[in-house]
Amino acid sequence: MQTRKTDSLSVLWRSFRLATWLGWQIESNWADPFLFAVYSLIKPLSSAAILVIMYSVITQADFESPIFPYIYLGNAFYMYVGHVMTGISWAVIDDREHYKTMKYIYTAPVHFPSYLLGRGVARFIIASISVLVTITFGVLFLKISIDPSQVNWGFFLLTLLTGVAMLALMGLTLAGVMLLLVHHMFGVGEAVAGALYLFSGAIFPLEVLPAYLRPIGFLMPITYWLELLRRLLVGKVASSFPTLQSFSNLQLYLILVTLTLLFAMLSFFVFRLCEKRAKELGLIDTVTNY
Amino acid sequence: MNFAIETNHLSRIYKIRNNKKGNAKELVALQDVSLEVHPGELFGLLGPNGAGKTTLIKILTTLLAPTSGTAFVCGYDVVKEAHKIRPIINMVSGGESSGYGLLTVRENLWMFAQFYGLSSKEANQRILQLLEVVGLADRINTKSSDLSTGLRQKMNIVRGFLTDPQVLFLDEPTLGLDVSASRDVRRFIRQWLDEHPERTILLTTHYMAEAEELCDRVAIINQGRVLACDTPASLKHRLQRQAIYHLEISQVNHHYSDDLKTIQGVREFVLRPRDGYTVLELILDRDETLAAVVNSLTENQGRIINLQKREPTLEDVFVDLVGKSMEDVERGNNGVNHSES
Ligand SMILES: Nc1ncnc2c1ncn2[C@@H]1O[C@H](COP(=O)(O)OP(=O)(O)O)[C@@H](O)[C@H]1O
Ligand SMILES: [Mg+2]
Repeated sequence: MQTRKTDSLSVLWRSFRLATWLGWQIESNWADPFLFAVYSLIKPLSSAAILVIMYSVITQADFESPIFPYIYLGNAFYMYVGHVMTGISWAVIDDREHYKTMKYIYTAPVHFPSYLLGRGVARFIIASISVLVTITFGVLFLKISIDPSQVNWGFFLLTLLTGVAMLALMGLTLAGVMLLLVHHMFGVGEAVAGALYLFSGAIFPLEVLPAYLRPIGFLMPITYWLELLRRLLVGKVASSFPTLQSFSNLQLYLILVTLTLLFAMLSFFVFRLCEKRAKELGLIDTVTNY
Repeated sequence: MNFAIETNHLSRIYKIRNNKKGNAKELVALQDVSLEVHPGELFGLLGPNGAGKTTLIKILTTLLAPTSGTAFVCGYDVVKEAHKIRPIINMVSGGESSGYGLLTVRENLWMFAQFYGLSSKEANQRILQLLEVVGLADRINTKSSDLSTGLRQKMNIVRGFLTDPQVLFLDEPTLGLDVSASRDVRRFIRQWLDEHPERTILLTTHYMAEAEELCDRVAIINQGRVLACDTPASLKHRLQRQAIYHLEISQVNHHYSDDLKTIQGVREFVLRPRDGYTVLELILDRDETLAAVVNSLTENQGRIINLQKREPTLEDVFVDLVGKSMEDVERGNNGVNHSES
């Protein structure tokens, strides 16, 4: 009588696919294309500009130094962190407080983590545009030299996607925590991204940090991810930095994958724990008419 | 035989944290609820605001964990087998405008149908069909944010029926709708069940007439407890030996209420101040008691504007069980069953 697929893999895929569609409808729903431009082009460029000005003041405009592409690219790729984590975790607040659909999504035959991951895809695409624009700007106007024929694009793409998967899993953990927050907090994703910024080697080597803070950086997969992305794009220049010099590219990738897998297990575990707790406390949909 | 819904000694306690003192208050939202709903039934949960109706629906729809007791939907445990329940149920809450405002009516409904694994073709057919029934077909391509609250609620109701659930939970589906829209919705609910006799609906309401008109069986719930559960006719049958009167009287002083309490044979009464007069609903043990009531009225300088003997309603059953009207329960402190812990 009915044509319904219910086996679990297809539920996973269905949840992810529909959430991606929905997320894109929401993110691309710009009443005004001007807003879209501000959001995905002007904002990243202006933050890059601030970085360039600060750099130029501190180093007396020493743009030849290998530290410049190191900082510039680190900052550019770091944009993924805020976007991806926010995209996924914010879906909890959005569905719960704004659209008031959380209970209908939650009680539907949906694989909840896959749904939330799907909701982050649109922000990933927007982040990619921002990153691309920022790097292109750097290459054209700031003498960042990337030689496309020297770049192993396959490896680069693999690294990029592995890192994005890692960020998505961090976003899922954050989404779990959001389920437990009664008062919605704006910009939690951005705040977490901001807090981790200093420990990820994005704009300075970990050696700059006091010794007791460095382990945080070495434990974070983001650190290895950023390092590898930079090395793959600007080669030797980036490896003149001390932090991870002793590791080969392959070693960096293996560390990244290992940490990502550990994070994957941890984040699903934490998410399910938060979900269970939210159900006990009655927080899955906090805005119903009680 | 399997029940569509079954609960055994189900209880739910909310812990409310008291920020300043650090000690938690406990609020008993459901207490020892045992219900059995048969497949094919339209089962009503009737009770005032704060009675625990939504809490029960949340537990049954796998949104909320019970504190103790067990609950089953189509034989599946709501805690351990939530994933088996979700594909075969659906839920609609009234009195809220949910939905993705930036999507059209069709897109909203299509997406939810997809979550349940309906094919696009089947979904689109049903969407059109159901929208026609509720009179929303001409708005199919309207962004749902452009719909009025009432129309949005109708869209939401269609969303619930769209997936043809085995068990459908309707939490105050007509809350906030105007009279004619409410009537449409009630007719639609009844019609759907007539056409799908093996489906089950659990409906909550605090409108007596709605429960009376729609439901095969009704559980009366107050302060988390089920006080009675039967067909509307049998519930009313409990009051067949009582004499029930509806009076409209001129304004009286407030002693009158105290005086009524002392009259032998006045089982329950409800006073409702209206514009310029007062309505007095009386449940008397026998007709003869009316004389004493009228005497007392005269003593309190009141007079009768209108008097009618009438048949019992579910309203009277509630008053008889609780000792207060639903309005009075809602006006007074709802959660009196607090306890410090
Ligand atoms: N999440 C919650 N936290 C604390 N108290 C709650 C919560 N949800 C409901 N309550 C309380 O539980 C009682 C029952 O509420 P509810 O089930 O919504 O009743 P109804 O749907 O019959 O109006 C009420 O006293 C309400 O204030
Ligand atoms: Mg309610």
